[in-house]
Amino acid sequence: MSAPIPDQASSPGTVAALSIRGLAKRFGGKIAVDGISLEVPAGSFFGIVGPNGAGKTTTLSMATGLLRPDFGTAVVHGVDVWQQPLEAKRLMGILPDGVRLFDRLTGEQLITYAGLLRGMDKAVVAARVGELLAAMDLAQDAGTLVVDYSAGMTKKIALASALIHAPRLLVLDEPFEAVDPVSASNIRSILDRYVDSGGTVIVSSHVMDLVQRMCDHVAVVAKGRLLAAGTVDEVRAGLSLEDRFVQLVGGHSHTEGLEWLRTF
Amino acid sequence: MVAHLLRLKLTLLRNGLRRSPWQLVGMAIAGLYALGVVATLVIALVLLRKAGLETAHTAVVLGGSAAVLGWGVVPVVASATDMTLDPARFTTFAVPMKQLLAGLALGGLIGIPGLATALVALSTVATWSRGVFPALAALAGACLGVMTCIVLAKVVTTATAGLAASRRFKDISAIAFMVPLVLLGPIVAGVGRGISASTGFLPEFAHTLSWTPLGAPWSLGGDVASGRPGQAAVKLLLSVAVIAALAWCWKLLLERALVTPAYAGTGKRRGGRLGLFGLLPASPAGAVMARSLTYWLRDPRYSASLVVVPLLPVVLGFQGAQTGSYGSLVFLAPVTAFILAWSISADVSYDNTAFALHVATGVRGVADRLGRALACLTFALPVVLVFSVGYAVFTGSWTGLPGQLGLSLGILFTGLGLSSVVSARYTVTVPLPGDSPFKKPPGNVGQTLAVQFVGMLVLMALVLPEAALLVTQAVTGNILFGWLSLAVGIILGLALFAAGVRLGGKWLDSRGPELLAQVTVNR
Repeated sequence: MSAPIPDQASSPGTVAALSIRGLAKRFGGKIAVDGISLEVPAGSFFGIVGPNGAGKTTTLSMATGLLRPDFGTAVVHGVDVWQQPLEAKRLMGILPDGVRLFDRLTGEQLITYAGLLRGMDKAVVAARVGELLAAMDLAQDAGTLVVDYSAGMTKKIALASALIHAPRLLVLDEPFEAVDPVSASNIRSILDRYVDSGGTVIVSSHVMDLVQRMCDHVAVVAKGRLLAAGTVDEVRAGLSLEDRFVQLVGGHSHTEGLEWLRTF
Repeated sequence: MVAHLLRLKLTLLRNGLRRSPWQLVGMAIAGLYALGVVATLVIALVLLRKAGLETAHTAVVLGGSAAVLGWGVVPVVASATDMTLDPARFTTFAVPMKQLLAGLALGGLIGIPGLATALVALSTVATWSRGVFPALAALAGACLGVMTCIVLAKVVTTATAGLAASRRFKDISAIAFMVPLVLLGPIVAGVGRGISASTGFLPEFAHTLSWTPLGAPWSLGGDVASGRPGQAAVKLLLSVAVIAALAWCWKLLLERALVTPAYAGTGKRRGGRLGLFGLLPASPAGAVMARSLTYWLRDPRYSASLVVVPLLPVVLGFQGAQTGSYGSLVFLAPVTAFILAWSISADVSYDNTAFALHVATGVRGVADRLGRALACLTFALPVVLVFSVGYAVFTGSWTGLPGQLGLSLGILFTGLGLSSVVSARYTVTVPLPGDSPFKKPPGNVGQTLAVQFVGMLVLMALVLPEAALLVTQAVTGNILFGWLSLAVGIILGLALFAAGVRLGGKWLDSRGPELLAQVTVNR
């Protein structure tokens, strides 16, 4: 990979795999993302947490070149996503949330398609497709149309499509939604190995427990703003991530009411 | 509770319209169309008041029976039922069954088909306002008839909901439905000729129908007006009994459906067969081509238009057999070329948000455009060639072949180029992936119509040279112009094809994310 990485020479440990500056997006009258800046260090396992509708998906879409921001920049390993989109997209593997797949293809065809679209060599694609299907425990269903997959299988096949070109940065929006515990554990060990060998993973989730156990860095987002970011230990400040999250987001006001719920 | 369900339906309708002003425009256009049809029928029914008893009775019974049949058949084959009040969504809210039934039935009336049916049915009261009793009988008949329509539709959709949930059934029924639809002209003409051959058939047929659940309610007014109150009373009882029986069936089906959610199971299949991906070149454009071709075969939204193609010569040929002149067959190849070339003008809209994969992988716009166009060309080119040559063989006149080929190929190449540009910029409302080809979401119909209309005008302008040369040959009788048309069709056509693919590719490169945002709206 010959992409320019300007700050690598000066401070090796703190190179940003993804650096976003003042990203903002408005949909009609609603401001979805209100100026988020974030540094994701290379080699980190980075979690983005936030309540529903916090702007996680919108932020990640803008950072990965799927949604043009109104303001702000996103830089992946020194390559500006919106100035040099092709170069930036080569560095990234993306699992978007809430988009369809080409689901009239079989699982095997879909991963192959993702590889070939990126201009990869046929033999390499074929070899990797086999390994990915085995790793995702989908080899038995490789010839089934994706439209007939369960939700968890669909998630796994989309993840496999994002991995095929061996990206340096993986951006996964809600990767564990609807995935069974065994597969989730398999995926986690794949991701752990990927991070150990120098890759960077960004996952968004609202399962705090999972993020606390899996990630080394975390950012808390709510109402389109960044509330806290850093290593998991820094952010949680001695509390559990869940308690700290509720404290930051400040949504814990309704536990007093609902007395009638205890009177049956 | 019934009022709640009705208000829910109205709110859903209103919120659907609020999503964008174009939704409103689309609804208005559909509404205007329905209004036109309804107004015609209402006027006809009012005028029937002056017609003979027998004629009026026949018309009302036949029309009413057709309406009941339509409400029963269309939802299944088109799987285009309005599912805004899908009973499955009420599973968790212990709604009393009686009220749920009443609410859903009345909810079925809200919406264009329901209102239109109700209005037309009530106009039969005008037809039979030849006295107090006939009018009252017609009013009762109209109410019973509309109720039969609605409850029958509910029974049919609830009964087939499990079946319809299976993807294979949906795919096949959607494609199978295309065949009678395309052949509608010949079928209607054939039936019409059969009927006119035997005079007095229609009144007899109507009389028979009036003793079946289809026609019974519509016959009440006519029977009373003709002085057959006894028959009317029996048919009234029959209609009420039928509605009661249908409602009972519906209740049973609904009770069962609420506790057994639809299950669409399929077997496992191991991989190892890449299909077209293994055959076509392993480049981005080749992959897009393989994917598009796979979709032409596997996605009913695409394959439905493939089913139409072999039926086109049948339709035009039938028309020729009727009129005795096969002149319209001359349009077969150019029209086919147009239909196939234009079919990819909504390709990105058909992808819907799956297009995100193309944006995420950063595939070059040119590769995307080229792959889609070549996929269409793979079968469109042979079809157009066969149709052109077939016409020459059929007429035995080979002098027209070069010109005909020139125009057809010109339309095909130019159209593919134009479609490549159009689908890179404009999205139109199309059935969503997995839906029936007939189920258009109520989207931006206005933009859809504008894109289609302007696109066709541009295409006509672009193939003007070929068309002009063809006309010149027809006028002068000089075959040289035919050969010229062939040359222009191929050279100019291919040049415009290349230009379209490049321009579309360029737009796609610069506006891919915006296009993705546009299709996200129609999700």
